[in-house]
Amino acid sequence: MYRYDEFDHDFVKARVAEFTDQVNRRLAGEITEDQFRPLRLMNGVYLQLHAYMLRIAIPYGTLNPRQLRMLAHIARTYDKGYGHFTTRQNLQFNWPALSDVPAILSDLASVEMHCIQTSGNCIRNVTADHFAGAAADEVADPRPYAEILRQWSSVHPEFSFLPRKFKIAVTGAERDRAAIQTHDIGLHLKKNEKGELGFAVYVGGGQGRTPMVAKKIRDFLPEKDLLSYTTAVLRVYNLNGRRDNKYKARIKILVHETGVDEFARQVEAEWADLKDTELALPQADIRAIEAYFAPPQLPDRPEDDDRIKQARLDSRSFGEWLDQNVVTHRHPDYAAVTISLKGIGETPGDASAEQMEAVAGIAEDYAFNEIRVSHEQNLILPHVARADLRAVYDRLVEIGLATANSNLITDIIACPGLDYCALANARSISVAQDISRRFASLERQREIGELKLKISGCINACGHHHVGHIGILGVEKKGAELYQVTLGGSGDENTSIGEIIGRGFGPDEITDAIETIVQTYLAVRNGGDEKFLDTYRRVGPAPFKEALYGSEARAA
Amino acid sequence: MKVLTANRLTDGEAVWYSDTNGWQDVIQGSTLAEDKTGEERLDAIGKAAFAQNLVTDVDLIDVNVVDGAIVPQRLRERIRAAGPTNRLDHGKQARAA
Ligand code: SF4
Repeated sequence: MYRYDEFDHDFVKARVAEFTDQVNRRLAGEITEDQFRPLRLMNGVYLQLHAYMLRIAIPYGTLNPRQLRMLAHIARTYDKGYGHFTTRQNLQFNWPALSDVPAILSDLASVEMHCIQTSGNCIRNVTADHFAGAAADEVADPRPYAEILRQWSSVHPEFSFLPRKFKIAVTGAERDRAAIQTHDIGLHLKKNEKGELGFAVYVGGGQGRTPMVAKKIRDFLPEKDLLSYTTAVLRVYNLNGRRDNKYKARIKILVHETGVDEFARQVEAEWADLKDTELALPQADIRAIEAYFAPPQLPDRPEDDDRIKQARLDSRSFGEWLDQNVVTHRHPDYAAVTISLKGIGETPGDASAEQMEAVAGIAEDYAFNEIRVSHEQNLILPHVARADLRAVYDRLVEIGLATANSNLITDIIACPGLDYCALANARSISVAQDISRRFASLERQREIGELKLKISGCINACGHHHVGHIGILGVEKKGAELYQVTLGGSGDENTSIGEIIGRGFGPDEITDAIETIVQTYLAVRNGGDEKFLDTYRRVGPAPFKEALYGSEARAA
Repeated sequence: MKVLTANRLTDGEAVWYSDTNGWQDVIQGSTLAEDKTGEERLDAIGKAAFAQNLVTDVDLIDVNVVDGAIVPQRLRERIRAAGPTNRLDHGKQARAA
């Protein structure tokens, strides 16, 4: 993975010193809250319901064991012994004292981490496919480009005060696991007919109040033009984005209001002046960054099959975990492992300090020192020899992280919601916990098959409900929580926005409503192979409406 | 009826104002404003504390008194006063237990 050079170290150190001074001045009453608020946000410090919250950037979701151990140390020393992995591949601590933040930032800097640009109207943490570098279907590792974008966008003077926040995601595979079409810019790394690397460029995707699927504005952008073209997109946005209305300030609204063809034309015009400037990326620079992401040397380990077969026979739960949480790797003797942070009835995305340390240890012993955070709020070990899977599984069992539910109905994404978030209208976690308990039976979950359920506690959609196969949005109605259900959303290469199915459900009704939806699906699906999303796309909302609302639906 | 709430500057802890104890970290025992005059008084106390950099996010919130206990009207404020419902071992509820 990328290692800080001297410049990076000095930069982060200087930033820690600067913010430490700002915190001290704030605590001494030398600066007001109004002066301090933008400064703390630029350094990832929010104020939530119960306490401050610190959001730590995990660039493109890649961590080494040292970093994960440091996160565990911070959780234990300054927080309440756990952290929350988010849908932006970041980590949030829910309880830090402001007076401890300087010490936390110093600790983070010692392992090449920080909280810069995890808030504010700037270019946020660039996210990437969590199987990057391991996936069998990948053209090339997208992370070197994410790193180039990270370096370029860090305290970029022109793009630090955009009309609104700006999110970029990169994938290197046809199968989109980074949800690039829901981002302000989505980059699909691919090869052209000559075998050269470049990107399909999507702009104007986003969730929130006005969900939109990104539009492709370029089918192939040579890799050397990554920064010049991205600059052109951001310039057009920075100049024309709606600064008059916060709710219309994202690039998706600009693209929508301008029209995608005209927007693309403006970008191309801007780019014409930029493409041959110093923003053109020299091959040598790209390859130099790429070298940091060189895959580990994976020795052949062909002893796998018999061992795994035997282990399967020995333990049914190991077999189930293997089927559910392990995917193929580009090297046939290896696999990528999803460590579910969705234990039945647990808070999605939470991990205790002990669990973080244990995962760091497993990564050291069996996974070439690599850990990833997925936007689905799980951890990933991207490179594990198949012959070691049983050992990894056993270690995960010891720390309660062997839940075999990846991509099943209990692998729920949920934002912090009203249990923590100052912007929330309703709780998300409690709904996730209820649904998880209701569908606890793995046999039943597997019978239902792939089903992505996503929950947000307000229209900001941090829980990605718009692109859940089943999405749940919490709203407040007459002082009470109410949950609106959307169906048919998807955040992959065929991104779609879910459709609102009808009136909402109270907190005591929502799990039953999900049960009804699932029963309806099981009744109308075309055999066991037809996934929920495919069934919904085939039959549409009618049978679900009928099942949920009966005569009420017919009358409408 | 209203009470005055905020988050303490140094650690962000949710606090409520009491004439007897000042800014305290439990809602019970905080001072109730029962009319306009009481609200204006609390509002002035909140503004002063904010200006003195003791607290931030100052707000007057609606409450009822049920069986002698102060109960915020909005769920948001009930969760602030108790702690997250997914972790009963955290927040004020943990101390009460
Ligand atoms: S979706 Fe709303 S409630 Fe959930 S974390 Fe985002 S802002 Fe908070």
